[in-house]
Amino acid sequence: MKIQILGTGCAKCLKLTHNAEEAVKESGIDAEVEKVTDINKIMDYGVMMTPGLVVDGVVKSVGKVLSVEEIKKLLG
Amino acid sequence: MKDRYKLLLVLAVFALAYFIPFEAGRVQRAILEAFYMLQDYAQKHVLLCLVPAFFIAGAITVFISQASVMKYLGPLANKFLSYSVASVSGTILAVCSCTVLPLFAGIYRMGAGIGPATAFLYSGPAINILAIVLSAKVLGWQIGLARALGSVVFAYVIGLIMAFIFRNDELERKKVQMAALPDEEPTLRLWQQAVYVGSMIGVLVFANWARPQVNQGLWHEIYSLKWYVTGAFGLLFTYTFVKWLKARLWVSIIGVLVVALLAVLFPKYPLLSFSAGIAFLVYAGKTSSEETKNWIDSTWTFTLMILPLLFGGVLVAGFLLGMPGGDNGIIPNAWIARLVGGNSVGANLLASVVGALMYFATLTEVPIVQGLLGSGMGKGPALALLLAGPALSLPNMIVIRSILGTKKAFVFFGLVIGLSTIVGVIFGWLVG
Repeated sequence: MKIQILGTGCAKCLKLTHNAEEAVKESGIDAEVEKVTDINKIMDYGVMMTPGLVVDGVVKSVGKVLSVEEIKKLLG
Repeated sequence: MKDRYKLLLVLAVFALAYFIPFEAGRVQRAILEAFYMLQDYAQKHVLLCLVPAFFIAGAITVFISQASVMKYLGPLANKFLSYSVASVSGTILAVCSCTVLPLFAGIYRMGAGIGPATAFLYSGPAINILAIVLSAKVLGWQIGLARALGSVVFAYVIGLIMAFIFRNDELERKKVQMAALPDEEPTLRLWQQAVYVGSMIGVLVFANWARPQVNQGLWHEIYSLKWYVTGAFGLLFTYTFVKWLKARLWVSIIGVLVVALLAVLFPKYPLLSFSAGIAFLVYAGKTSSEETKNWIDSTWTFTLMILPLLFGGVLVAGFLLGMPGGDNGIIPNAWIARLVGGNSVGANLLASVVGALMYFATLTEVPIVQGLLGSGMGKGPALALLLAGPALSLPNMIVIRSILGTKKAFVFFGLVIGLSTIVGVIFGWLVG
């Protein structure tokens, strides 16, 4: 499973990345968390309100910092 | 950070420590000046002005639905509406400067097109709530107001010109589907959002009401009553906080009583009860509902992100330029006055170009401009720098070029610099 965090590096994006890593660790799923900071790549996902969360190429959330619990629900 | 950059950094610090003539009077004065300036900010601008502004910025991101604004910037939106929304929505959408570029790229490639996108990019950084509040407080309300109005009006103009010049190659844009925006019921309804944020803005405005020059008239009346008016807005805020956001009733009542008690016991020290109010707000917020917790958290995020940068900026501005009114910065006032003093077209142009190239972290443009004004910069060039500065910087020019392509990007840079210069000249002529 591949999780991507879309964001140009602002505080919210860092927090979401942190939460995603935490969620992966807690749920024990085999997934890698990747940060996407290139703005043109972010646009290719159709996301304009960062941070965005993408799971296996599908945009799951935009413009929000999801909590660890919420991300776990998305993954499970 | 790569090791070779670290090496460069270490070498730079070493060279500075080795070569700076700390024994020279000018250097010593400039260092002292940097700390005076920091103290000035800490005493005058942090508690009453910045702290409430952080709470408002936090409330805007948490309670005001940004998705509802984006509707007006989509591909099918009415053109007139999309320009208008693009030029003013920075207040809500650009609370943090790092969100400006993705939104800009999104509006350009998936939404309403190049006109509204460039309009948003130009006005966004200048009209976010923190920038307006701090510019008005530190630099005077004329510049604060001119900055907000100037950027909105000229955002429109820049957007329309860009859309006109490039009217034929809208098709080049890649068609990307906009990802569905979160379509959830907002916690507060529109009028509730207005009252809630409005009551906080009321506190902010009246707590910072400056003593007018003459001791009579309406402004003075307001000044002498300012703490009562502030208190009234504070009560309105507390009411909505408890009623709509389910803040804990008892904590809030005790908070109000403590604030009132401190105000009565120490009428000479309004900062005391103001700080107590903030402390109770944070406590009540942290321990009440999910929404209030989110609000306090996002306020905290802003504070952590912006305050260190701002204080760093204040120190640098104080060291380079000195406190307004003196000539103790490392850069002599005469140089500043020669380059950007007065209100000539050359001074305005220079201020615009320098502003466009320089990178300002959120809000740091304010102490820099304050220092420059104190060292003899004209008001027109100051506004020109404020307009061109936050919208552009060398690093973000590179990103903008990768989004728009070379030709459009340079036309945009030219427009920003040109229009900022013109607004600067007009403003300098009006107030000068």
